[in-house]
Amino acid sequence: MALQAIAFYLMAVITVVAGFAVVSARNPVHSVLFLILAFFSAAGLFVLMGAEFLAMLLVVVYVGAVAVLFLFVVMMLDVDFAALRQGFAQYLPIGGLIAAALAAEMVFVSYTVAVKGAARLNETPAANGGLESVTNAEAIGRVLYTDYVYFFQAAGLVLLVAMIGAIVLTLRHKPGVKRQVIADQVLRSPRTGMRVVSLKPGQGMDQ
Amino acid sequence: MIIGLPHYLAVAAILFTIGVFGIFVNRKNIIVILMSIELILLAVNINLVAFSAYLHNVVGQIFAMFVLTVAAAEAAVGLAILVTFFRNRGDIAVDDASMMKG
Repeated sequence: MALQAIAFYLMAVITVVAGFAVVSARNPVHSVLFLILAFFSAAGLFVLMGAEFLAMLLVVVYVGAVAVLFLFVVMMLDVDFAALRQGFAQYLPIGGLIAAALAAEMVFVSYTVAVKGAARLNETPAANGGLESVTNAEAIGRVLYTDYVYFFQAAGLVLLVAMIGAIVLTLRHKPGVKRQVIADQVLRSPRTGMRVVSLKPGQGMDQ
Repeated sequence: MIIGLPHYLAVAAILFTIGVFGIFVNRKNIIVILMSIELILLAVNINLVAFSAYLHNVVGQIFAMFVLTVAAAEAAVGLAILVTFFRNRGDIAVDDASMMKG
């Protein structure tokens, strides 16, 4: 138990500090790298809670795809990020005040709910032969592909629409770029491909 | 001491607040705003998984997976819009983006 507590506090502190560094770093590239750190330590928290599959998913999807996408965009856009930072100090007091109030409220409410609220009242005992007898991935699969199969298909649809949308948004045809037209190449015949010119000796050919 | 539900809920609440704070203070930098939204969704996921582990019900993790899916789609489309916006405007200052006002 002590080991679990140490691991929890380590991951929690790293997650929170990295999250704060994301929003306060001067360089957006550093922000993205701190975002990756936050996701990694959040995945560690998921493992502590017994959600190994979701932890793996978090690392693969967020670190492998989303964070790299962010990194690409930040590095690709040639933006003066110092100009975008102005107003930071202006909004800092009011933002910090609202954030502190929000954090205090949410921590208070969640603590109350967890200790003596609805969650405590509805606590279900660990089902024997239920979650604990199968692996986490198997338990998710048993529910996901039966009760939630339509939602699963809808999630696939969401990803398809997002993919097509992103491609359509960023695709552009530059004028003046020569592209290969396969049909023109296939339709080329000897009649259109060459011409026979009879030249008299000693004369050149003007094009 | 035993690490239970309140600890995870507290971490999620703090992370959520950091995300909201990031949106407040980085009003001009839309890239950091998108990253703050990712942080908020991560806090929501921690909440869902914490209750899922506490109530011994795997449905919370299913929901977290759907949130993850929507977050990935949102990031992809948001960054695509950002790239197109940068191409058209030459910068990404969003506080004076009023082209659609007419």
